[in-house]
Amino acid sequence: MNQTPIDSTGAGRGSFKSYTIGFIFSIVLTAIAFLAVVRGGGLPRWAILFGISGAAIVQILVHLHYFLHFDTSSAARWNVLALLFTLLIMIIFVGGSLWIMSNLNYRMM
Amino acid sequence: MPADTSTIDAVATGKFEHPDTIANQAFGFWLYIMSDLVLFATIFATYAVLGHNYAGGPTGKDLFHLPYLFGETMLLLFSSATCGLAMLAMHKDKRGLVMTWLTVTLLLGLGFITMEINEFHHMILDGNGPDRSGFLSAFFTLVGTHGAHVSFGLIWMAVMMGQVITKGLTLPVQSRLLRLSVFWHFLDIVWVGVFTIVYLMGVM
Repeated sequence: MNQTPIDSTGAGRGSFKSYTIGFIFSIVLTAIAFLAVVRGGGLPRWAILFGISGAAIVQILVHLHYFLHFDTSSAARWNVLALLFTLLIMIIFVGGSLWIMSNLNYRMM
Repeated sequence: MPADTSTIDAVATGKFEHPDTIANQAFGFWLYIMSDLVLFATIFATYAVLGHNYAGGPTGKDLFHLPYLFGETMLLLFSSATCGLAMLAMHKDKRGLVMTWLTVTLLLGLGFITMEINEFHHMILDGNGPDRSGFLSAFFTLVGTHGAHVSFGLIWMAVMMGQVITKGLTLPVQSRLLRLSVFWHFLDIVWVGVFTIVYLMGVM
């Protein structure tokens, strides 16, 4: 009976399998990122930067999907929309700040 | 909040068990999480701008110890997983198991925050506090804000453990536990950004 309200939250229930998969993925991605920095001395800097950024983005998606149960179901749609809007604001904040400050830095030189 | 309590109690006793209530509460909490994400975005932006202003002081390379940080990260990651196991136990209505996993989650979270405070303590003792440089001001603001969130999450978790003991797994308690788990997983997501941008990129 109380299944429906909990299920329709969009951040509803996972299964043991989904938590296990998410957990293993997270451990592996974290290990890859740390190893790339500690042991990747021979690699070019841009490759390491690219690698750890990629690992972070994939890990965030893994957390969203396997821990917070984000998918394309209609129950999760509003949560996803709110998240996308927030991402837009975050890009404007972070990108805008960097743009303005680097521009200012350039003009002050 | 007497009005609020009576509403929740009414839901608990099934007086007006509105099917949308828990979904609405969860969505409302998700919107709060989104506003929190905007807060972290502004602090990340500050760090991105100030992160290289060392003022002749130490850089990330001098300060950060990656094996220590890996331990911190693992504690938070394991606590996220055990929090998920607590939610699974909750859905199966196993009160003892919920308490067990919440206790494990709480201890892992306490371990994380203890390690972080220890790191801060040593940095400040060495004269590398937030007043040392722009980089360190931004560092302490960003990592400290995340740590404050984790601390409040731990207080919330302790309160919820008390509620599971005294009230049992009623519908309102389940609804609160669900929001707590969303908060906890969210903090882990923010930490992925912190250890990648601040620590890993800091020592490169």
